Amino acid sequence: MTTALAADPEPPRPRPRSRPQRLRRDAVRYRWLLLLMLPGALYFALFRFWPMYGARIAFKNYIPFLGIDGSEWVGLDHFQAFLSNPDFTRLLANTLIVAALSLFIAFPLTIVLALLLNELRLQILKRTVQTLVYIPHFLSWTVVVSITALLFAIGTGPLWTFLSDLFGTDANMLADPDWFRPLILMQMVWKDTGWGTIIFLAALAGVDQEQYEAAVIDGAGRWQRVRNITIPSIMPTIVVLLILHTGQILNTGFEQIYLMSNSLNRTVADVFDTYVYFAGIEQGAYSYSTAVGLFKALVGLVLIFGTNWLAKRFNQQGIF
Amino acid sequence: MSTSHQRFNTRAGRAFDVLNVALLTGVGLLAILPFLYVLAGSFATELEITTRPFFLWPEEITTSSYRSILSSDVFVRAFATTVVVTFVGTLVQLGLTALMAYPLAKADLPGRRTVLALVVFTMVFSAGMIPTFLVVKDLGLLDTYWALILPMAINPFSLIIIKNFFQQLPPELEESAKIDGANELQVLRHVVLPLSKPVLATFALFYAVGIWNDYLSPLLYLSDTSKWTLQMILRQVTAAASLSADEMATDVPPPAQGIKFAVVVIATIPVLLAYPFLQKHFAKGMLIGSVKG
Repeated sequence: MTTALAADPEPPRPRPRSRPQRLRRDAVRYRWLLLLMLPGALYFALFRFWPMYGARIAFKNYIPFLGIDGSEWVGLDHFQAFLSNPDFTRLLANTLIVAALSLFIAFPLTIVLALLLNELRLQILKRTVQTLVYIPHFLSWTVVVSITALLFAIGTGPLWTFLSDLFGTDANMLADPDWFRPLILMQMVWKDTGWGTIIFLAALAGVDQEQYEAAVIDGAGRWQRVRNITIPSIMPTIVVLLILHTGQILNTGFEQIYLMSNSLNRTVADVFDTYVYFAGIEQGAYSYSTAVGLFKALVGLVLIFGTNWLAKRFNQQGIF
Repeated sequence: MSTSHQRFNTRAGRAFDVLNVALLTGVGLLAILPFLYVLAGSFATELEITTRPFFLWPEEITTSSYRSILSSDVFVRAFATTVVVTFVGTLVQLGLTALMAYPLAKADLPGRRTVLALVVFTMVFSAGMIPTFLVVKDLGLLDTYWALILPMAINPFSLIIIKNFFQQLPPELEESAKIDGANELQVLRHVVLPLSKPVLATFALFYAVGIWNDYLSPLLYLSDTSKWTLQMILRQVTAAASLSADEMATDVPPPAQGIKFAVVVIATIPVLLAYPFLQKHFAKGMLIGSVKG
């Protein structure tokens, strides 16, 4: 960046001899900056890194009365208990299905919407549609789930009426396990497809327009221009987002799933995130649920570095 | 691009354009129709809600749903609480983020790379819900409003984007202020912050919307129901009838449909009011700062 290249305005000083001397000199020279940094550094230490240190309770039988250090060390027992738990495969399947809906349906729809918006010549309409499709992103999951409940209210909701006529059913879709995933997908698409286009539209705005003109002269049709210019130009963005997405595979978004689940659809609704909440907060199994959370975070870490490595191997830019 | 597109458009291309306009108009409408229905329902009578399947304008307009909500102490208190927590929380979160972003924008600050690497690390790895809960508990923040503000005070993405924005400000401005004898604090206050108003406004709104919409934090950290925020009340009100009897947390009979519509509207309106300001800046604000560096 430019600031990095700018010459240091201060004249060179004699090289300090020892490390403590250098530290003292820096502390004085940068005192204001260090002071400004202090609250933020304290925040990261307290709320981001201290929990990581506290996560060692995953390897212990944590009893609050005894404290973390006084609690008994049990090694990988909780991880083993989780992996051999009969619930594990069900949770894994539910989590992966939600992730697949997001990755294979919602994500491609975002790209399609961005491409369609990019092809729209009426600038007023383009801006209007963009304004409208960004709105749902800013609504809370509580609001989205509440609106869903009103639209699907049995007997009165507009979508319930429409779908029950269409499929000849009078199921309570909000509680029916068969309807859980379609509803989750519908909410995901409604809330974030529009918002997701921003990053692609930004990448598309940066495409050199002369490329299109040259393609036209070469006789390229509309679709050929999209395929050979537009799509390659957003490919790096797609790859970066895919990498980030993969790291999030086990994070299903707690709020949406938690708010949509109830005693009747729990067999398909339970995912790792909600399981951690029920086991940890509601049942107080702190060590066990921490182990589950840690397992999830570690898998995410491996996935994100794995896909990044793969992307680099296939000559795409990674994120690290 | 439009000139070349217009001059060289085939018949198939024109047909596509017509379809595309129709399709995207439909998509735009779908994005807001659910909310418009809820808005219409909030002004409709109980009878109309239960008998007409879909409408965007009630036959008989009534404000009775709003009146009964606003006469409820629980609701009014939750609304006031949420407004105050959002306001204070936004100031705290934006303040902490900007203060940390500024030193990190200085290329010559010792230890800067290490701090940045640690910040990025928190973006790909977190200890998870339970260890964070235990820290909040150990700090004595359970059942306090600070639990809704402090654990999420600095969003690492926002921090890095604001840092990148500070970094690409012309260094000459700062240098001339320093030649005039200003220290770093004065430079930040009188030079950097005034230049960063649009970016800071954008992130202030993101933080505000984040706190306003937050459901997880009150769920985890507030067990005292008298401290509940609007989203918790909203959940309580609208979940009542869609769940089976054993799911309901209270013995109160399910509220009338109209009230649910009105609560959703009230929980949404502040966000919609902020949206035009957000929209004006977010695309620009996000992109300015997102240069890798």
